[in-house]
Parts: sequence; C-alpha cells; structure tokens
Amino acid sequence: MADLRTSLAGIESPNPFWLASAPPTNSGYQVQRAFEAGWGGAVWKTLGEPILNVTSRFAAVSFNGQRVAGFNNIELITDRPLEVNLKEIYETKKRFPNHAVVASLMVEPKQEKWHEIVKKVEEVGVDGLELNFGCPHGMAERGMGSASGQVPELVEKQTYWAKEAAQTPVIVKLTPNITDITSTAEAAVRGGADAVSMINTINSLAGVDLDSWNTIPHVGGKGAHGGYCGPAVKPIALNMVGECARHPRINVPISGMGGVSNWQNAVEFMLMGASNVQVCTAAMHHGFRIVEDMIDGMNNYLDEKGIASVRDLVGQSVPKYSDWGNLDLNYKIVARINNDVCINCNKCHIACEDTSHQCIDMLQDGHGNAYLEVREEDCVGCNLCSIVCPVDGAIDMVEIESEHPPMTWNERQAILSGVQDGKANTVK
Amino acid sequence: MPNTDKFHISLTDLSSNFHEVEPALTNREAVEEANRCLYCYDAPCITACPTGIDIPKFIKKIASGNMKGSATTIMDSNPVGASCARVCPTDELCEGACVLNHSTKPIMIGNLQRHATDWAIQNDQILFQKGESNGKTVAVIGGGPAGLSAARELARLGYDVTIYEASEKAGGLNTYGIVSFRLPQKISYWEIDQVKSLDVKIKTNTAVGKDISAEEILSNYDRVVMAVGMSSVPNLGIEGEELEGVYDAIEFVKDTKTKPLTDQFVGKKVVVIGAGNTAIDGATCSVRLGAENVKILYRRTQEEMTAYDFEYEFAKQDGVEFRWLTQPVKIHGDAGGNVRAIECLRMELGQPGADGRRRPKPIEGSNFMIPVDAVIKAIGQTRHLSLIEQFELEHADGVVQVSETYRTSNPKVFACGDLVFGKGKGEAMVVTAAQQGKNAAYAIHEQFTQESLTV
Repeated sequence: MADLRTSLAGIESPNPFWLASAPPTNSGYQVQRAFEAGWGGAVWKTLGEPILNVTSRFAAVSFNGQRVAGFNNIELITDRPLEVNLKEIYETKKRFPNHAVVASLMVEPKQEKWHEIVKKVEEVGVDGLELNFGCPHGMAERGMGSASGQVPELVEKQTYWAKEAAQTPVIVKLTPNITDITSTAEAAVRGGADAVSMINTINSLAGVDLDSWNTIPHVGGKGAHGGYCGPAVKPIALNMVGECARHPRINVPISGMGGVSNWQNAVEFMLMGASNVQVCTAAMHHGFRIVEDMIDGMNNYLDEKGIASVRDLVGQSVPKYSDWGNLDLNYKIVARINNDVCINCNKCHIACEDTSHQCIDMLQDGHGNAYLEVREEDCVGCNLCSIVCPVDGAIDMVEIESEHPPMTWNERQAILSGVQDGKANTVK
Repeated sequence: MPNTDKFHISLTDLSSNFHEVEPALTNREAVEEANRCLYCYDAPCITACPTGIDIPKFIKKIASGNMKGSATTIMDSNPVGASCARVCPTDELCEGACVLNHSTKPIMIGNLQRHATDWAIQNDQILFQKGESNGKTVAVIGGGPAGLSAARELARLGYDVTIYEASEKAGGLNTYGIVSFRLPQKISYWEIDQVKSLDVKIKTNTAVGKDISAEEILSNYDRVVMAVGMSSVPNLGIEGEELEGVYDAIEFVKDTKTKPLTDQFVGKKVVVIGAGNTAIDGATCSVRLGAENVKILYRRTQEEMTAYDFEYEFAKQDGVEFRWLTQPVKIHGDAGGNVRAIECLRMELGQPGADGRRRPKPIEGSNFMIPVDAVIKAIGQTRHLSLIEQFELEHADGVVQVSETYRTSNPKVFACGDLVFGKGKGEAMVVTAAQQGKNAAYAIHEQFTQESLTV
C-alpha cells in the first residue's frame, strides 16, 4: 500500500483526488456522498452573490459513438444563499475532519468584498480558498471570473486582497482562455498565492442542431458560449500545468485539472508538476464511485513501480519538458511493422501515402499474401502510422543510432553564429 | 414432450413463428458497430463480396448518419442488397474476410447492411434513376435476383427493358423460396419496386415458351437475358411418391409465403429428404407449422451435406433431427391414400464419385420403417430444359453454357444465375446471381458500344 496522502500548500488530503468546484460540489449532501465514496477533497461550488441560472445548461460532444468526449456548460456559480452553503460546509467539515474542504470564491473585484467573503467562509472551518478567476461564461460579462482572470494586474490585486484577510492557504484558479497562462500564474504568485490551480473551462460552443439550427445547448432558441472540459481538453490542461511547473518564477504548488478521467491521467498531471488533481466531468458522467478505481489504480501503479508515496511522482517529468529549440535534431526513430501481428487493414499505408511521407509499401510475398513494409530510409519517424494502427504491437517506432552526436537547434544556431563571427568552435 | 415447447413455437398463432428471427439492430447498436469498423484501405471484405460492395464506405456512412448514402452504396453494387443482407453466408464472404477476425471479432456487416437498407425501405427511398434512352430493347426472362440485377443495370444504362416473369410476382427465390423468418416478402417487393422505378416493365404471370414463344421474344428484342433459375424438385423415383402428404420442398416453402398458414401439420411427424439449404428450409418451416417431430433424411453424411453450417445449426436449434446414411426406398400409405410411413435403407460410404464426394451405397437387408404423416422432397431442382431448347441454346444437362461474358451460343442471348450454375458445386448464392446479372448487362452494353464504334 503506497501512501496516497497529499498536501497542497499545507492543505492535507487522504488522497490526491479532489472534486473540482462545479455541479458535483453544489451541496453538503453531494460533498458528503463524495467523501463517503472516497474522494480526498472537494472544492465547493463557487460562492458569491447568489445568481440566477437558466435551464438547458449542459451539452456534450460525442466522438464516433463515444459519449462525453468533451463537455460544455453554461451553468453559473452557486444559486443558493451564502448562509445555506456556509452551514453545510460547517456540517461537512465536522463530519469529515480529515478531508479537504476548500471554498471556491468569486466576488466583484473590490477589496472589501474579498475581505468580507474570506472571513465568512474561514469562520465555518474551510481548509483553504480557491479564487475563481476562470469561469468563462456569464460571470465574465459582469467583470468577474475569467474577465478578471485574463488581466494579470487584476489577478495579482485580487489575490493580494484575499491574502490580506485569509488565514488558510489561497489557491488561484486560472483560466485557459488566455495566450500565455504563465503570465497570469506569475501574477497570482506576485499577489501572494499559496498555490495555483488549472485549468478552468475553455470558451466553447458544443454544437449546432442540424434541423432547428439552434445552438447546443440553447435556451428558448438562443445560445451563449459555455465552458469546455472533459477528456478532450486534457492535452491542453496538461501543457498548461507543465508550462507553469517549469517556469522559474511560478514556484508554488499546482492543483491540476482538465479532463482527468482516471488514475492514469492523474499520474500524468502529477508527473508534469501537479501536487494533486481535481475532477469534475468524469464524476458527472459516471458518478462519485469512479474514485474507487482512481485510488486503487494509483495504489497498484505506485506499488508496482516501488514508489512509497504519491508525492514522489510530483514533477518528475518536468525536467523532460522544454522548448522545441532544445530538442535533439539528430535523434532518429523509424516505423517498423511486425507482420505477424499486423492484420492488414492498410490504414498505416493510406495515412502515410496521403498525408505523410509515402514510405509504407503494400507488397505481396511469393505466395501472394499481402504485407506492409516501411522504407526506413524515407521514414521521418512522425508516428502517424503507429497512431492510426488499430492493433497493439503491430507497429513499433524504433530508435536508429545516429551517425551524429546530439545537437539541438539552439546549439546549432549558436555554432553557426560563432562561425559567422569567425570564432568557430568544433562540434561538442 | 413435443419439441414445440422447447423452442417457443406457438401452436395457436402459427404466423408468429414466421416472423423474422434475427432481430434488427437498433440505431444505437448500428452506430456503435459502424464505429468499430476500421475503415480499412483496400479492404478485403470488398473483395470477398461477389458484388463488390464498398463495405467500409457504406459502414462509415451509417456512422456519419448519412443513411441514404449508405443504402445507395449498397444497392448500387447489389440490386438485391437488402435481401442479401439477410441471406448471404456472411461468415464465408465479407465477415469471414474482415481483418478484425485476426484481432477481436469481425464487424457485423450483414446486420449493418440490413440496417441501412431497412432505412431506405422504411423511408420509401427511390435510390436510382434510369439512364438516357439509347433506343435498344432487352427482354429479361425471369424476375429473380439475376434477372432483376440485369434489368436494373440495363435500365440505368438507357435500355428499354421488359422482364417476363412466370409467377404472380417477381423476385424469384427472394419472393418465394427463402423462408419468411429469414427474408420477409416485403424486402423482395421493395427491391422489385426499385427496378420498376427505372421504367422496367415487368410482365408477371407470363411464362415464356407458353404464353409467349421464344421466337417472338428473339424477334421483338435486340437482346435477351435468360435468368429463369431452376424448376421443381425432381421425383425420388420410389413407390408411394404420388400419395397425399408428399410435398416438393420449393412449393412447400412457397405456400408458407403466399397462402394462409395451414394448421394441418400441427402435432404431425414430418421427414425431409435431402440436406441442402432447401431441405433445412422445409424442415424449419415444418417445425414452425407446429410439427411434433421433424427429421432430415440424407443418404450421405454431415461431411457431404451442402447446407451452410449456420443453417445446419439453426435447424438443430429448432429441434430438427438428422438421420445420416439413410436412403428412402418406399413411401407407405393407408387405404385413404395418405402417407403413413417411409421405408428406408441404411447406407455406407464408398469411393468418391465424379464430384469428389464419397458415394453412398446401400447395406443389404437394412430396411427399416419411420412412421410419418408428411414427406418433403428436397433433393435438388430440375432444369428448365424445354425452355432452353426452345431458345436452341447449348447446354450441358440443362446447364446453359456461357462465355466469360455470360453470352450463350446465340450471340443475342445472355444467361445468368442458377441457369448457368454447374452441378456439384454446392448451392448457388443469391449474391452470385446478382453479380452475374450485372455482368450480363455490362456485356450487352459493351457489345453495343463496340458495334457503334465499328459502324
């Protein structure tokens, strides 16, 4: 049994799996059910001035028959009175003292508003605060959520105001709807954030109905953009986590989220620098019970790898994440097809022939049996064939020993400029 | 205990026993299955289909919700593609060639094909248009799968086509010969309507050689396509064949598709003679008509049986008993002229005959009796010899001889389908007949194209 306990900026949790601030954490009833199911923590659905919601709020994207590849919502922050939420937070924390209960907050960008709400929620015993600077729809039109999260100065200032009043750790939740998330993450750090969390949802329109031509979802024939999440956004979130983790001035812990659907995704986020993960869509798709396999799978993975604590995963892959200019131009891999495993669907051939580098030949052996072969001298090692191949083990990407020592673009440019300067160095 | 209890055969509502046994895929099932298709490039399923349907293409169209495009893709290659979706031995054809046999499990191509064509049927789709008239006329004799295929393709190429059909309806085997619980008649009717929509004239109840002479056909049309299939089941050549209660399997099945279902077999004992697919049909229809016990008698063994494996399994599921190495020698009747028993001889296998199958020979003195109420003959079909001779076509024992392009000894006459299907090759498939019909049409068109080039 590996140790699954985590600490995010001092917020202790029995495991790294938190429910993100979202519909699943709307009430004490739900959060307590989640803790019973095994979730280590929950970020309460964002508290603020109660709002009005519309009906028809969610939509999802199916891909080739697979439901909820991506998920879109136009629901706003809590629509329940603050007092009710505070009472339920108190009761929940009392029943589950060892679980992490974090309050998500969103108020107008005014110092007194932040002071007021921070004090109120800390009085009922929350373990931490998460400032919602990410929600991209509805609240943004009122100057909150991602509207303030997209302006580094506003992020810094509001973090600072919250920190002025806060006794518990402050997590700043960032929006991905920005060119460079490290600029707002850095602003949060400057404002005194104890941790950052990412990503909030991405501006989205789930679809358009082909018959009514209404947006999906629509509210009485009219739609507005929502926030996109679920499995489809994982690569975007993982990159943003990695970019922040490797940034020298973003030196606070990261809570990672965005498409985390199972323990494997959680491992990826933690290797890329997240201290824990937050989950929403997967729970909305399958219920709280999915955390059982997240815990079990993580445990078995750590045991198998001989890793004592889940905390030992955090950031292990960050040094491997860099800029393109630091990649070795002389590293070479090629595709190799295992004809005994290949089922001859020819998908690799047509993908390569039409859209890559035309190096997979459809051939016949002496007995008239079809087989596929890679002309390795023409293969650029793009991986496309192995990506489209439907059979595990039919295509290996094999490393070819290079005649040249490793050299990155940046190194090459440095040498070339040295040559131009008449101060050529020999290749290292 | 009668087998009817075991197999949920209703003795009170016989018609319910004849509903299609294979359930249709739901939309959701179809989309999931369609998405499982790898969309192979140069896919082996296409090659394995005698009509060359672009299977990955029609399957991806199901996945994308383009049902009309999917049905059109199927029917374009196979004018009886809705029937074939139900009756093709897919294990031996497309599904047998699916590359997923080597990794997981093959795609349910037949069921997907049915899903797409069912959509077209339910939505009253007309999928094709006739070609611009070229002024040429073609008579197609026989409105079964081969004839309909030839007519459909010729009409699309601009020919003025008339089908002569001896029966009340066109469709041939699909309309009359394949049991309803595999292929409901309405499927065949839709395929006929698709051909009719191209202004193909179908003269039903018109037997060429009787109602209209061969000479008249030959002189009235520029070309003739013979696609008359096969005729009735031959006589067994044994005593008692004339008794009441002896049936021709083809007629027996046809009656279940064209007449109100009879309750005269309820609780009765039936034997079927032969072990081809028609014999299976006769046996399973008997079970569904309420027979208490149904036996298939075959003078050879399971090894030589020509029925498809899935049909054999289906019959066993229906409780049909198989009696191998059993040769009927006499049908015994009662005073009223009704069948009462069948006398059989036990057989053993000897040396292989000309067709490669080991020949059965009787064991002397092994005679035994099986009490029966009905005997169904399913020992193959005779040929339309007289018609073939009226057209003066070269033939080998009733099998019309054709060139690679399905041209007969008369250059104006083409032949396809069961009419040209050689003996000893198991059973002909509907899908093969459909392809031959197409090819005959293309050969006729090629002939005219060449002519117009040389003139």
